[in-house]
Amino acid sequence: MNNTFQFLSFSDPNVLFVVLGTMILGASAAIVGCFSFLRKRALVGDAIAHSILPGVCLAFMVSGSKNPLYLIIGAFITGWLSLLLIDAITRTTKLKSDTAIGIILSVFFGVGILLLTSIQHSGNASQAGLDKFLFGKAASLTQDDVYIFGTIAIILIAVVVLFYKEFKLISFNADYARVIGLPVRFLEFMLATITVLAVAVGIQAVGVVLMAALLITPASGARFWTDKLSVMILIATAFGAVSGFLGSYISYIAPAMPTGPWIVMCLSLFTIGSIWFAPRTGMLARFRVQKDNQRKILIENVLKLFYHLGERTNGFKKERSLQTLLETRDLRIKELKRGLHLLKHRNWIRKKGENWVITQSGLNEAKRIIKLHRLWEMYLNQRLKLEPDHVHNDAEAIEHIITPELERQLEKELNYPTKDPHESIIPYIE
Amino acid sequence: MEAFWIILVGSLIAISCALLGSYLILRKMAMVGDAISHAVLPGIVIAYLLSGSRETLPMLVGAAALGVLTTVLIELFHKKSNLQMDASIGITFTWLFAIGIILISLFAGQVDLDQDCVLYGEIAYVPLDLWITESGYNMGPRTVWIASGLLLLLLLFIWKGYKGLFITTFNEEFAKALGIGVAFWHYALMGAVSLTTVISFESVGAILVVALLIVPPATAYLITTDLKKMLLFSSIFGIASAIGGYYLAVLINGSIAGAMASIAGLLFGIVWLVISIQKRTSKTVAQ
Repeated sequence: MNNTFQFLSFSDPNVLFVVLGTMILGASAAIVGCFSFLRKRALVGDAIAHSILPGVCLAFMVSGSKNPLYLIIGAFITGWLSLLLIDAITRTTKLKSDTAIGIILSVFFGVGILLLTSIQHSGNASQAGLDKFLFGKAASLTQDDVYIFGTIAIILIAVVVLFYKEFKLISFNADYARVIGLPVRFLEFMLATITVLAVAVGIQAVGVVLMAALLITPASGARFWTDKLSVMILIATAFGAVSGFLGSYISYIAPAMPTGPWIVMCLSLFTIGSIWFAPRTGMLARFRVQKDNQRKILIENVLKLFYHLGERTNGFKKERSLQTLLETRDLRIKELKRGLHLLKHRNWIRKKGENWVITQSGLNEAKRIIKLHRLWEMYLNQRLKLEPDHVHNDAEAIEHIITPELERQLEKELNYPTKDPHESIIPYIE
Repeated sequence: MEAFWIILVGSLIAISCALLGSYLILRKMAMVGDAISHAVLPGIVIAYLLSGSRETLPMLVGAAALGVLTTVLIELFHKKSNLQMDASIGITFTWLFAIGIILISLFAGQVDLDQDCVLYGEIAYVPLDLWITESGYNMGPRTVWIASGLLLLLLLFIWKGYKGLFITTFNEEFAKALGIGVAFWHYALMGAVSLTTVISFESVGAILVVALLIVPPATAYLITTDLKKMLLFSSIFGIASAIGGYYLAVLINGSIAGAMASIAGLLFGIVWLVISIQKRTSKTVAQ
């Protein structure tokens, strides 16, 4: 508890720099990542992150110093080069873009490792710390770092705000943007530039491998909560900043814990949580809708059973045994029992001894479904000129989803038919 | 002798990777291979913790399990919640890799795994880890035997499963219609990729195994469309990268694995350039 208080009071200025630095990095990468995500370039960020390593090493070899500005310039150049090469490979060869990304990221990284180890073995004392680019050095961010990150973050946000409308358009419909005369190539160049910038700074917190997560994970999670780009960017930014905060907090109270991986861990948990639990689009919501539909279909199919039996025996409200019901339609006994239970719950059928009887409200509901089925058969037969023996299966599927509006239109279109193509009566509820 | 062992191990791993990578590229799964190679890390660490040693077998089991879990997760996010494929890959492997690094830090005292080594391996240590039988006979470096075993296993897999892999790679619909288990071949291949990754892990590391998986087959794919030729050419490019890489590394005193990836990239660049020039000249001739 004491540690938590110490952390939150920022009595140690170094803590403040680490927290600020990681939050800025998390947030700015998340903003840029939203556009990469929407333009389906999620893994390009990974390629840029890997390609930055040789740039950093070359910058060090040329300048002989570890000044973050030189290193970022070097990172920027090779990061950009990787984008151009990926583009060129996919354009001029039959290789797919994911192969091109794989080639560029692994080869650039290989070159980077070669240079890095070569520098390390050369015995140059000032090289120590260059390998921080591999895994990040979030826990040891300094005041200078925070100033540089802050400046770059402000540039990124300014560019995004300035070109917000244009970026939005090329993310969703680049062809349309081109047609209305926007400078798409220039805008793509700007987007690529801020992506490379965001990666070049973010890599210092979490390292090469995990950088892709900083870009893409918050955007993917935010996408589940909204369809509006502005809201999506805000949520992603919040995910990024909060994860930065939590990551530095965890490594503060447990010093053995690495900051970068914990930031990614928090981000992933936010996003995986969103994937599961987001209302409407989350996996659980989807399962629930699926379950509801299955239940609805089961109920309606069992109800239809009573109607068909009633038609055959000239008496809708006769008692039916489980055995008769099973013989009439190919249903598993477990399913049938579940359906009967659900119907009873709705008061659409009653139990009489061992047998079941349909109620008036149940009969009305059954008529509605039978009517939809037969109206649809009629429609297929009359308008699409399908043979009567070809229309049943289609109607069997669609009867469960026809809305009242569609029902009225079908009635009108077919002029209130009384019989379906198989000469069965179409029931109307008075 | 040292150079010989290193080049031999490098070549064995390069051939294994080239064979599998050819299928990955043709199945448009290059980045899935990349994802698996990162995601096996927690599997290795957990196997290490449970078995308490660097034994090969538990690590293989752990890595294979994680490799299959990775593909299952990627497909779960992609199919069940409509997350686009590339994002699904990106989220899954970074998450698992982060878990791996966290586990390493958590059990730092018990796990003798170096973070750097995870990324780029240390093939230079291969000749040091000798397999000495109980009677004291020196069988040579242990990794040579493991890498040869892997290659034999893969050759057997591709030889026996050639038809199944072929059909499911080029025409999934047709394979389904014939009743061939598409899922079986998919997961068998993913399992093989995980095995290869973990065996290559110590020598070339997580990212450079990707270079060997993707780059030589991509180079071969530029010059042929025949699967058998592609398997052959990509193996040749793989061996060339291993040999060239070793001497480049000696020359500038750097990581051998990094140099192997650089040479693989160089070969790709040369082939790409030659092909582009050929295309251009044939175009001007046609005009």
